[in-house]
Amino acid sequence: MANSSEPADKSSSLPPNLSDDKIDLIAKDGANFWIDQGFTWLVYTFAVITVAVLLVMSWVIFHEAQPAVVKFGIGFLWGQDWDTGNQIFGALPYIYGTLVSSAIAILFAIPIGIAIALVTSEKFLPLSVQTALAFIIELIAAIPSVIIGLWSIFIFIPVLEPLQKWLASNFKWIALFNSEDPIGTNMLTAGIILAIMILPTMAAITRDVLLAIPKELRSAAMALGSTRWETIFRILLPAGFSGIVSAAMLALGRALGETMAVTMVIGNSAQISASLLDPAYTIPSVLANEFAEAEPGLHIGALSYLGLILFGLTLAVNIGAVLLVQWFSRKNKY
Amino acid sequence: MSGYQNSEINESIASDLYRPLPIKRLLFTYGMNAIAFALTGLVLIPLLSILWEIIQRGISGLKPEMFVKSVIDYGFGNAILGTITIVGIASLLSIPVGILTGIFLAEFGQSNLIARFVRMITTILTGVPSIVVGVFAYGVIVLVTKGFSAIAGGFALAVIMLPVIVLTTEEALKLIPTDQRLASAALGGTRFQTTFRIVVTAAIPGITTGILLAVARAAGETAPLLFTALFSLDWSTGLLTPTASLPVLIFNLYNDPDPQKSQLVWTTSIVLLGLVFCISLLSRLIINKTKTK
Repeated sequence: MANSSEPADKSSSLPPNLSDDKIDLIAKDGANFWIDQGFTWLVYTFAVITVAVLLVMSWVIFHEAQPAVVKFGIGFLWGQDWDTGNQIFGALPYIYGTLVSSAIAILFAIPIGIAIALVTSEKFLPLSVQTALAFIIELIAAIPSVIIGLWSIFIFIPVLEPLQKWLASNFKWIALFNSEDPIGTNMLTAGIILAIMILPTMAAITRDVLLAIPKELRSAAMALGSTRWETIFRILLPAGFSGIVSAAMLALGRALGETMAVTMVIGNSAQISASLLDPAYTIPSVLANEFAEAEPGLHIGALSYLGLILFGLTLAVNIGAVLLVQWFSRKNKY
Repeated sequence: MSGYQNSEINESIASDLYRPLPIKRLLFTYGMNAIAFALTGLVLIPLLSILWEIIQRGISGLKPEMFVKSVIDYGFGNAILGTITIVGIASLLSIPVGILTGIFLAEFGQSNLIARFVRMITTILTGVPSIVVGVFAYGVIVLVTKGFSAIAGGFALAVIMLPVIVLTTEEALKLIPTDQRLASAALGGTRFQTTFRIVVTAAIPGITTGILLAVARAAGETAPLLFTALFSLDWSTGLLTPTASLPVLIFNLYNDPDPQKSQLVWTTSIVLLGLVFCISLLSRLIINKTKTK
């Protein structure tokens, strides 16, 4: 990154050769010329392969989805029926479940992630404790998703269930909690589990953003008599705002595509219900549950179409985040 | 401090300076401290609970013979072998491509348009959901070979590992000072010699870290294996037959009514978690070692 956007005149104090990023080391002739030439070609080929993976992936999934694309067209997006026997497929309940569960996750993850990032970067704690804490929280990212799912089924849901029953019986008048007798596997549980899973992403990126803010800003605010938290709220968070937004977007991208833990806790029932205590279904979950047994033809086509929609969703979110990061790093060249 | 106490004027300045914060600001400070620490502590609970429960529930069932028995006989030998096979295939496919693309980004492209494009595609590739990668592998391998297989699973995991390896290799190569490249070139080294004998050799710890991180991530992946490698209760008979793996074992059997099978699920979790944590810790150790040099 540093090479790509550094202005050329920045290192003009160095001898001209050293300041030039594009030093040409290629031999033009001699015994090893062909080895070198071949090597260059090889490297370029492999770079093309990496790019091709993404392009071929889009094409293959689009191709697989063809039967369903032809049959249902764009109406697939708001079709609400999913009937394997009668070959009628609609994506809306799955899209709804994916978006809502990710939205719940990101709502929980943003404040908690920022809190973790602050605690692990703002000298609240000795440096060794700070690093250890950051490392421990990053360990969550290393836990396989299926194990988090297993844990939530057997340990987390029994803990959460009484609370959800209480919410349902006392706050029925709020549409969000209007369910008769919630069992533990529902949208809210899935959202919380997703929040736990995307926290390391959110916290780590926000931490990097906060650490990148120049010391002078901090010192200046402190010198004017602000307390630590006034500095954080008035200086650090506004300065890191775009970085934090892109952290949230990357975390959102992860939440949208997360499969195993969600499949195990969301209840897998394709319905659209305002209540968060009702079971739901997401695109990754239906792929995980049905793909292996699906009949080639329209069913596989519909599932691939869902995959394509998910691909598009995450692609949009991730490209947005990448562009934002680039824009952010260009703007903040101190 | 004692200097202030000598004169009356300075004492008033001192008392001014040391006047405590107004109660509102003080409460705000302490309140926010409490909130931040509480939220951070909140996150440690699930992590510790996961580790504790899995060890407590699984350790009693962990017996050496499980490593040589297949799932049918309540062991996880075939799943371990399957995971190793699938991750091995994935590594064979992704490591060469990943390292050479990393070399391209760090040594050849640097800041030109193509490199920026490749880098952007690679970053986007890291964000593609693993289940979508599974759909891709299904279309490319399962439909063509007409069967679920370890190769299809390996292909899916390779796509997941690839961007991790590319980006970490690039970072590792960038840390090698330009002077070393110039020195090698000045001695008459060609670009091939410079890259492989000097730059890549010096960056091996960093590249290894990237590979380990990618392997750790791939070993725990479940979603893309569900419909590429599928699962088998018994030892798999070849690379083109359905193959068991540790994460899929957990997913397939966690609701099994057979108590011995549900015990097996917890024991498998210990092994999988231990495997993934060991690889992650190893990669972190390598990073720390190279940093202190």
